[in-house]
Amino acid sequence: MGDHGPAKGFGRWLFTTNHKDIGSMYLWFSFAMFLMGGVFALVIRAELFQPGLQLVEPEFFNQMTTMHGLVMVFGAVMPAFVGLANWLIPMMVGAPDMALPRMNNWSFWILPFAFTLLASTLFMEGGGPNFGWTFYAPLSTTYAPPSVTYFIFAVHIMGASSIMGSINIIATILNMRAPGMTLMKMPLFVWTWLITAYLLIAVMPVLAGCVTMMLMDIHFGTSFFSAAGGGDPVLFQHVFWFFGHPEVYIMILPAFGIASAIIPTFARKPLFGYASMVYATASIAFLSFIVWAHHMFTVGMPIAGELFFMYATMLIAVPTGVKVFNWVTTMFRGSMTFETPMLFAIAFVILFTIGGFSGLMLSIAPADFQYHDTYFVVAHFHYVLVPGAIFSIFAAVYYWLPKWCGNMYDERLGKAHFWLSFVGLNVTFFPMHFVGLAGMPRRIPDYALQFADFNQIASMGAFLFGFSQVFFLFIVIKTIRGGQKATDEVWDNPEGLEWTVASPAPYHTFTTPPAIK
Amino acid sequence: MRLIGKQLASKLLWVLSQVLLLPALLMTSVQAFGASDAAVDEAQRWGLNMTEGVTAVSREIYDLHMLIFWICVWIGVVVFGIMFYSMIMHRKSSGAVPSKFHESTAVELAWTLIPALILVLMAIPATSSLIKIYDSSEADINIKIVGYRWKWQYEYLGEDVSFFSNLATPQDEIYGLAPKGEHYLLEVDEPLVIPVNKKVRFLITANDVLHAWWVPALAVKRDAIPGFVNDAWAIVEEPGIYRGQCAELCGKDHGFMPIVVHAMEEADYANWLAGKKEEAEELKAAMSQTFTMDELYARGEKVYQANCVACHGANGGGGLGPSLVGTGITTGPINAHIDVMVNGVAGNAVMPVFGNQLNNIDLASVITFKRNAWGNNMGDELQPVDILTFKKNQ
Repeated sequence: MGDHGPAKGFGRWLFTTNHKDIGSMYLWFSFAMFLMGGVFALVIRAELFQPGLQLVEPEFFNQMTTMHGLVMVFGAVMPAFVGLANWLIPMMVGAPDMALPRMNNWSFWILPFAFTLLASTLFMEGGGPNFGWTFYAPLSTTYAPPSVTYFIFAVHIMGASSIMGSINIIATILNMRAPGMTLMKMPLFVWTWLITAYLLIAVMPVLAGCVTMMLMDIHFGTSFFSAAGGGDPVLFQHVFWFFGHPEVYIMILPAFGIASAIIPTFARKPLFGYASMVYATASIAFLSFIVWAHHMFTVGMPIAGELFFMYATMLIAVPTGVKVFNWVTTMFRGSMTFETPMLFAIAFVILFTIGGFSGLMLSIAPADFQYHDTYFVVAHFHYVLVPGAIFSIFAAVYYWLPKWCGNMYDERLGKAHFWLSFVGLNVTFFPMHFVGLAGMPRRIPDYALQFADFNQIASMGAFLFGFSQVFFLFIVIKTIRGGQKATDEVWDNPEGLEWTVASPAPYHTFTTPPAIK
Repeated sequence: MRLIGKQLASKLLWVLSQVLLLPALLMTSVQAFGASDAAVDEAQRWGLNMTEGVTAVSREIYDLHMLIFWICVWIGVVVFGIMFYSMIMHRKSSGAVPSKFHESTAVELAWTLIPALILVLMAIPATSSLIKIYDSSEADINIKIVGYRWKWQYEYLGEDVSFFSNLATPQDEIYGLAPKGEHYLLEVDEPLVIPVNKKVRFLITANDVLHAWWVPALAVKRDAIPGFVNDAWAIVEEPGIYRGQCAELCGKDHGFMPIVVHAMEEADYANWLAGKKEEAEELKAAMSQTFTMDELYARGEKVYQANCVACHGANGGGGLGPSLVGTGITTGPINAHIDVMVNGVAGNAVMPVFGNQLNNIDLASVITFKRNAWGNNMGDELQPVDILTFKKNQ
C-alpha cells in the first residue's frame, strides 16, 4: 500500500524512482545551476560596469557569456520545468507516479555529469567554450578551443536527458490519467507540458545532429560547416535555429501553464477561455517550427525567405496575444488578492508582454537590420526569459511549496523577494533597450564611452537581482524547516487534484485513482 | 505631426527611464562625473533611440521602427490599462465579488482577428522597405569588404586600391593607463572613404570566421561569411564620419574591430582616390628598394602593433598565440620564419596566412622587428626583395 516511506540515507536519492523525490532533485539542481549561471552573469556585468578592461580579459569574457547562456538555458530553466512537471503532472492527472520511473531516475542523474563535464572546460588549457551559446561555426569548429569536444558531449547528454524526460511526460499524460480526466479537462500546466514535450522530442535530435556534425568537422576531417572544404557556415545557423527557436518556446510554454493555474486562484474566478488557451499553445508550438530564420535576417537570405520568415514571425503575436488577453480577462471582475505567487504571475504577464512587444519589433526584418546582435536583442530575450521562465518558476515554487513541504512560506519575506527581484530585473534589463538602440553590439567586453551610463545602471541592477536570489534560497530553506502549517487546500478554493491530497503531499499519492467530477 | 511624435517618443522614453532608474541614477552620476575621463562628457551620453541615420533607407527604417513602437505602446496602454483597472477595482479587500463568466467565442474571435489586422497594416510598410533595401542594382561604386580576425579590408573594385582598417585606440586607453579619447574603440587607422550622393555597393565576405559589417547611420548590417558574398548598399546624403562595429561574435577581439566611414564630397573623394593610387604606385616602387635596419625595425613595430599584438601580446610574450621571445621561430632559421608569416601554420587556423594580407615591405619589416625586439637580438634583417624571392621559389 501507499504508506511505506522513502529509503534512508543517500541511497534514497541515488536510486529513487519516486516522482516527488526526482522532482525535488531537479529543482535543487536547477537552482544550483541558476546560481552558477548567475555568477557568470555577474562577472559579465562587473566587467561592463565601466568602459575599459578592468577585471577579465576578452577571452575569459567570451567564455562567461557562453557559459552563462548554456547554463541558464540547459541547466537552470529546462530542469526547473522538468522538476515541476515531475512533482505536479502525476498529481494533476491523478496518477500514482510517472509512467517510466526508472528512466525518470536516469534522465535526472545524467544531468550532473553533463554539467560537470561542461563546467570542467573552464579549467582546461585554452579555456572553456568561448563562441556564444549559439556556437556559430566556424568559430566553434575550426577556431574553437580544444575543450569544445567536452562541450559537444555535454550537449549530447543534456539532449538525451531532455528526450527521456519528455518521453516520460508524454507517456504519463497520455496513459496515466485518472478515469474521467479527459484531455480537455486537464489543467493547462499539463497541456502546455504535453506540447512542450513534443517540441523537445522534435528538436533535441536536431541539436544532437548539429553538434555531431561539429564533432565530425573538428576531428574527422569533414567540412559540413567549413566553406574551404565545400561546406556551408550558414547551414549551421539553419540547423541550430531549427532547434533553437522551438527551444525558446520550450522555455516559455510551461510558464504559460503556471500562470494559467495561479491567476484564476487569486482572482477567484475560473480561467477565461480554457479551450482557446489550449489552441493558442498548440498554434504557438506549430509556428515555432516555421520561424527559425528570423534569427538570421542579416545572413543574406533571398528576399522571399526574408518575407516568409518575417510574416510567420509576426503571426506569433496572434496566439500569444490571445493568451495575454485571456489572463487579463480572467482578472477582470474577479476578487483579487496579491500573495507572492500572484505578484510573480502578474509581473510575468506584464513583463512578458513587454518582451513580446520588442519581439514584434524585432520581427520586422528591415528594422531588424538595426536591432540585430545589439543589446536590444539582449533586452528582448531577457525580458521574455527572466520574467517569463524564471518568474513563473518562482511563482510556481511559492504556489506549490506549501503542498510539497506542508509549511507556509513567510508572506512578508516572499513579497520582499518579489519586489527586490522586480526592481532588480527592470533596472538591469530596461536600460539595455536604450544602449542597444543607440548602437551597442552584444557580446563585447568593452564599449564606447556613450554607452557608459546605462551600462553602469544595468550592472547595479544585476547585482541587486543576483543577491535577491540568495534571499530566495533562504526563504525556501526556512519554509522547509518549519513555519505555519499549510492546510490541504493551501489557498482559497484552488482548482486541481493536487489540492485534494494532504499537505505535505504523502510520498505516494493516488495509488487508487481519484474520482473526476 | 510626425516630428512631434518623435519628440514625444524620446521624451517619454527619457521620463520612463528616469523614473525607473532614479535610485541607481543618483549613484551613477557620482561615479561617472567623479572618476572618469573628460571624454565621457564629450561623448553623446544617454542615447535612447535608434539613429535616424544619413540615408533615405535609414530614415525609412527609423520611421518603421517608431511606427511599430507606437503601435506597441498603444496596445500596451489598452491591455495594461484594463489590467490595472481590474487590479485596483476588483480587489477582495475592497469587497469585490467574483463574476463567474469564463468563455465568449465572440470576444475570442475579436481579439484574434483585430491583432491579425494590425499585423497586416504593419507588414505593408515593412515589405515595401525590404524590397527597396534588397535592390542593390546600378551601383556607382563597388567596394569589397572582407572581415578578418580582427580588422576589415576594403577593396575598391576596378580602382586597384585596397587597404586594411585597424583599431586605432591604444592598448593603454583600453587598460586604463591613459585617459580614453572621445572616439574610444570607434576609431581606426584608415577609414573607408566614400563619396556622398552616390550609390555605393558593399560586397561583404569574410576570411576566417563570421563577422558582420554594421554602420548604424547607414542602416547597413550584413553578415560577413566565409565562402559567401553578401551585398548591401547606401547613398549617403551628408558628408561626415560615421562609426560602427563588428556585430557578429568573432572571437577574442570582436569588440575591437570598429568600422569608420568617411563620406566626402565627390571632388574630395576623387582627390583621395587619386592619392591612394599614387600611394600604391610609390609602394610598388619601394618594393625593390633597400631599407636600413632602423627603418625596417620602426616599420615592423607598427605592423606588429596592427596585426600581431592581439594574439602574441604587447611584448611578444604570447597570449592566444605562443610567445615570440627566444623561441624556435623568431630565433631559428630565417626561412622558417618567413614561411610561417607567408603561408601560416598547417593545421592551425588561428594563425592567419599573412602572405596575402601584408605587402612584402611590411612582411620584411615585421619579421626583422620580431627577430630583433624583446631581447631576441638575432641581428639579421630582411629586404622586401627577399620576401619576393621566397615567394617565387616556393
